Amino acid sequence: MKDEEIAKTTSKTIFGFWLYIMTDCVLFASLFATYAVLHNNTFGGPSGASLFSMPYVLVETLLLLTSSFTCGLAVLAAQSQRKNQVIGWFGATFVLGISFLAMELTEFRHLVMDGNSWRRSGFLSSYFTLVGTHGLHITVGLIWMVVLVAQIRRKGLTPNNQRRLTLLSIFWHFLDLVWIFIFTIVYLMGVVRI
Amino acid sequence: MSQQSNIAGQERATLTSYIVGFVTSIVLTVEAYLLVAHHLIEGKSLAAAVAGLAITQFLVQLFFFLHLGRETKPRWKLLVFGMMLVVVMIFVFGSLWIMSNLNYHMTPKQINNYLNSQDGL
Amino acid sequence: MMLFANLLWGRLTLNAFQHDPIEMGGVVSMVIAIAAIVVALFYFKRWGWLWREWLTSLDPKKIGVMYIIVAIVMLLRAGVDAAMIRAQQALSSGANHGFLTSDHFQQIFTAHGTIMIFFVAMGLMFGLINLVVPLQLGARDVAFPFLNATSFWLYAAGAVLVNVSLVVGKFAATGWLAYPPLSELRYSPGVGVDYWIWSLQIAGIGSLLSGVNFFATIIKLRAKGMTLMKMPMFCWSVLGALTLVVFAFPILTVTLTLLALDRSLGMHFFTAGAGGNAMMYVNLIWAWGHPEVYILILPAFGVFSEVVATFSRKRLFGYTSMVWAIWAIVALSFIVWLHHFFTMGAGADVNAFFGIMTMIIAIPTGVKIFNWLFTMYRGRIWFASPMLWFMGFVFLFTLGGVAGVMMGMPPVDFQLHNSLFLVAHFHTMIVSGVLFGYFAGLTYWFPKIFGFKLNERPGKYAFWCWSIGFVLAFTPLYILGFLGATRRLDHYSASLGWQPLFIVAAIGGAVIAIGIGFQILQLIVSIWQRNSNLDTTGDPWNGRTLEWSTRSPAPAYNFAVLPEVAERDAFWIAKKTKKTDRPAYADIVMPKNTSLGIVIAAFAFLFSFAVVWHILWLGVVGLIGVVTTIILRISDDETEYTIKASEIAKMEAES
Repeated sequence: MKDEEIAKTTSKTIFGFWLYIMTDCVLFASLFATYAVLHNNTFGGPSGASLFSMPYVLVETLLLLTSSFTCGLAVLAAQSQRKNQVIGWFGATFVLGISFLAMELTEFRHLVMDGNSWRRSGFLSSYFTLVGTHGLHITVGLIWMVVLVAQIRRKGLTPNNQRRLTLLSIFWHFLDLVWIFIFTIVYLMGVVRI
Repeated sequence: MSQQSNIAGQERATLTSYIVGFVTSIVLTVEAYLLVAHHLIEGKSLAAAVAGLAITQFLVQLFFFLHLGRETKPRWKLLVFGMMLVVVMIFVFGSLWIMSNLNYHMTPKQINNYLNSQDGL
Repeated sequence: MMLFANLLWGRLTLNAFQHDPIEMGGVVSMVIAIAAIVVALFYFKRWGWLWREWLTSLDPKKIGVMYIIVAIVMLLRAGVDAAMIRAQQALSSGANHGFLTSDHFQQIFTAHGTIMIFFVAMGLMFGLINLVVPLQLGARDVAFPFLNATSFWLYAAGAVLVNVSLVVGKFAATGWLAYPPLSELRYSPGVGVDYWIWSLQIAGIGSLLSGVNFFATIIKLRAKGMTLMKMPMFCWSVLGALTLVVFAFPILTVTLTLLALDRSLGMHFFTAGAGGNAMMYVNLIWAWGHPEVYILILPAFGVFSEVVATFSRKRLFGYTSMVWAIWAIVALSFIVWLHHFFTMGAGADVNAFFGIMTMIIAIPTGVKIFNWLFTMYRGRIWFASPMLWFMGFVFLFTLGGVAGVMMGMPPVDFQLHNSLFLVAHFHTMIVSGVLFGYFAGLTYWFPKIFGFKLNERPGKYAFWCWSIGFVLAFTPLYILGFLGATRRLDHYSASLGWQPLFIVAAIGGAVIAIGIGFQILQLIVSIWQRNSNLDTTGDPWNGRTLEWSTRSPAPAYNFAVLPEVAERDAFWIAKKTKKTDRPAYADIVMPKNTSLGIVIAAFAFLFSFAVVWHILWLGVVGLIGVVTTIILRISDDETEYTIKASEIAKMEAES
């Protein structure tokens, strides 16, 4: 395929993916709206203030933020056609991402073991669903990363793979953007009982 | 193959933009955390400060990580982003307005009784 | 043994196949119809052809036809539901309680509404969009052909799931929007609501992906020189509708998921108690639901813009104001949704705001109607059947729209909410607006896809039956609504004296059924007599836009040479100036056929069926199947093939 064809395909694919990200934003907005309406419906149970550990969440946040940065470094390496660096930086992103996920699952497990599962109240249902949906997206991103790195190892930084990793990086950055709001609205404001 | 055509037509990423974005985001995150963890301000001002920090970090990451606003014209991505923002604002704040207004026709006593009947059932 | 049966089948037992005689009738007819088709395919040895030419095709023209076929089948299914509702309400008065139990009646009106909105209207819409938009833009294909096919198969899987609910188990009995607490586990413990949730979830994801796909197509794949303001009005209306799809459908996805989580995982979003808020559901579902009705109507308006201009032999009046009207409608449709629940308890200021916005949204629609009428003024009008559908629309839609503005006033709505007046209003909008529009579009673009015109005479009879039948069926309902009749009741007291009105409505329904009969007849007769109605020029209506510049039926690659455009109604201008250049053919890259779209949808179907019946292993299989298939597809670098320039030259010469 000629350069012009590649450029056209890339342009429309990235725009289409960006559109999909916009729909995902509305999806998260709906979950945030639901959380906002239900967050005081604790049904006699604990509220966020008594459940959330701020230092723990700070570590999670910094892990995810750093992974967004290393993802950016992978994109830079791809721009310079450095295949091994791309794989390396995606590897770092993966490790940071999966650590984030592990911390989140541990937090969930604690809550459930203490009897504060999603069945306890409207507040907890909306908490688990909002944060859990973000976690599901992270999981999808991690799986995608593995598949993409395998493709890059097999076929190198072809135009198709370049385009795919650009899409993945948009997806991964977007997930960190959503997390800013979860960190702020769910955890920070939850702890201060706003 | 030229470097330019690798991300043909898209905005070029630079190391500077990622580093600036990363460092700024860390600062904004830690700042928000410290404000809350050490109760440096209270009540409504705290909520406003924390919200402001979040929005700032949001814009920082949009620009430095996602390069929004740096595309060549026509700026379709920016346009649909703007549309999404408008829809989300209307929907989220509209929903909050509506849902809180549904008690409009109830007296405080009625609301209290209802809430009490819900707790600890 | 019991445990093993539980693990294997979940809560599915043989009881699920037991139905009362009327339901059995539906099941048997469906099974016979499917069996007949299967036997025919074996007899005429057409399995290979079906697979190669249609099922695995990524050609949006083929996909569009498949959408329309499914939509028409679902129209017949939901039409039978409508007939049963009319019959029940005509008979059930005083001592007579009709022939349907209350529970069955409730499933019927739920199925009627759900199927009509999600599978008939959305299906016809996406069908026409697939058929027409790439051709009108002067493009070869959509932006993402594989995604397009997958979207169709997800839609089809949703349709299959709804029909499976007729055979295995039952459907929801909650109304087409399934409000909690009725739709929660406590009051609907069976499988019905779960079927409802998952068929809509799958179809909804298909719609969302199509929205992204065609939005990108319209923005990025227009012919060279076709700026947005030179685009055909149908494409503008589609762009507006898809903007609504992109921003509203995620809300539906979330709302359905939250209800599913309540039912499947014991959460408390909308439960009555434990901190749930059922009113939040109503708020969420209508925040999607209102944009949805504009999604349905905007492309229909687009069809009318094309039809009125062509059959008045005059260019569309007020192109720019039409574009502004579309975007005004798009913007306003996000700030009116509360008018669906004025009576839910909000205060006067909230109700007033949304009431005023609702009344304002009538204005851009009015602008469009005036523009169509001004287009007709001093035109040389040809009353072919597409134009007749438009005439029916203009009268009926205006009246029904006025009824809507009435209900946009909260004090009036307090009297009319959930009455038959409401039912008459929205049926007027959807039938005379959406259905008439898509019927006009189907007739208008039929020759482009199939190479011959539909027979006009039965088409016109169909129009008259639909119009007269509609007036007969719904005028009584407007009156009954004013008299205080509540919707969704299977029995009304004889002392009210309403039965004569219901009988008239039933007669109206029968006349509509005759209209549908004429449409089926039209299809059969047209196919039988196709050789006398051949479209030999590709331009049977003396059209104005690019789709009429290709031959009929259009080839897979749409245009042998991609057109370049300099003004609106480019084809009309080209015809006047009669340019004849020797075309320079080049190789064309096309997407290969693939079955992966069907596979993804099949796994999604299995997953949904498993969730409905609580069959864990099947759910896991479905989920892993979907993910694996997606990974397979995104790892495939050889998804296209090339048609050489010499082959194209040959195909063009032969036509």
